[in-house]
Amino acid sequence: MTSILGIETSCDETGVAVVADGRRVLANEVASQIDIHKEFGGVVPEIASRQHTRVISQLTRKALGIAGIEIPDAVAVTRGPGLMGSLLVGLCFAKAIAYAWNKPLIGVHHIEGHIFAAMLCDSPPEFPFLALVVSGGHTQLVDCPAPHQYAILGATRDDAVGECFDKVARLLGLPYPGGPSIQKAAEGGDPQAFRFPRAMLDAPHLDFSYSGLKTAVLYTLRDDPGAKDRLPDLAASFQEAAVDALLAKTRQAMRETGARRLVLAGGVAANRRLRERLLADIDGDVFLPPFAYCLDNGAMIAAAADSRLRHGLTDPLTITPDAALPL
Amino acid sequence: MNAERTLELISPSSTATERLGEALARLLPEGSTVALYGDLATGKTCLVRGMAAHFTGKREVHSPTFTLINEYRGNPTLFHIDLYRLAGPEEAVELGCEEIFDSLNVCAVEWAERAERLLPDRCIRIVMRHAGNDRRAVCIVNPGLLPEGWEEALRRAVAVLE
Repeated sequence: MTSILGIETSCDETGVAVVADGRRVLANEVASQIDIHKEFGGVVPEIASRQHTRVISQLTRKALGIAGIEIPDAVAVTRGPGLMGSLLVGLCFAKAIAYAWNKPLIGVHHIEGHIFAAMLCDSPPEFPFLALVVSGGHTQLVDCPAPHQYAILGATRDDAVGECFDKVARLLGLPYPGGPSIQKAAEGGDPQAFRFPRAMLDAPHLDFSYSGLKTAVLYTLRDDPGAKDRLPDLAASFQEAAVDALLAKTRQAMRETGARRLVLAGGVAANRRLRERLLADIDGDVFLPPFAYCLDNGAMIAAAADSRLRHGLTDPLTITPDAALPL
Repeated sequence: MNAERTLELISPSSTATERLGEALARLLPEGSTVALYGDLATGKTCLVRGMAAHFTGKREVHSPTFTLINEYRGNPTLFHIDLYRLAGPEEAVELGCEEIFDSLNVCAVEWAERAERLLPDRCIRIVMRHAGNDRRAVCIVNPGLLPEGWEEALRRAVAVLE
């Protein structure tokens, strides 16, 4: 058995996990700041480094204890992209323990981590595949021809889809985080009640745009005084528009690349409507990440690192974080 | 030209707002901070996309609401900060905003009111509001940082025919 310690500190969450053989999660600890600060439209109380610094040691000790592993075979850590201060905490910590244990260090791209969350199951996807990465900070279609080879086929030109959920939730007076609250509000609503735009559907490229959808909801609330009383319809119609655009570009990308497998990744992968629609409308095998590994976590970083280790892709202790690391 | 001057413009479209950002970027001295104020969907990110086009030659700007700080590498590098998710200035300090404000790079800050007291004394303030249909009212407060002729240059940017 190969056990890998995975550390993720690129943004709000401090994640530490132990994964065996790239797919079996022995421990997955996440210190999130969402729960304690839901009240104010998505505030992160102590972003950045201080919170990560405070919890990372104890979280690591806890994860190793739960996993029953004294010293793992390698130490994996998110190298970027993300907040410089936050990345530094995780990377410095990872370097220190890799050095102390004399184990290989593996730097992982945050998005590669999200894609590898789909490997944390009994029947993981084989390469090649197409990945749809959807989260608060990212909306990307990534061609994955072979392990650790990536080509970004399309990305958002403005807001990420997860961010759009959060901002629309705020416009609708729904609590943070917006994804789950819109999903809940949409239950029983008519997804065709309001006609919101699906941006760039007819464009030849594979990019997304979610800024106009947010604006359209805002205009509807401004111009249609009765709209606010039809919350389920509004939420369902918004959700449908957001999901439609993802579906359309994903189908287009699968046609163009000839991909037969689709891997969904990122926090918005937890959205039930998106999952249903992908399973129903995508021509090919659809791999959905387990709910537990959709949001930022250390297990996905360890999963990606396991494959990197098997491909001989380890890093020297001199690597530095990169806030704008390209995939 | 050291006196504070205010210019009110109406931008008819997101394309015009982008052009305004581009025109503004051309006028900005080294190390400038641009503080952006305005509700959701008033065009703040759009304006920054225009700025990035000038500094980096690319329009690949995405909202930093979740990522908090985006860096667009160019000459100079443009730091795009979004304080929407922050509760106050202490968190902006944690985030490293002061270092960025003090650097020679250009910085654009969305939801700047969340860290008002951290902003440099002489920063350019831009307030954006909805003005009916797709129009946005853009109010630019220049504390004497922009060169002579700035008003005309910015007015021209939003006036160009679509």
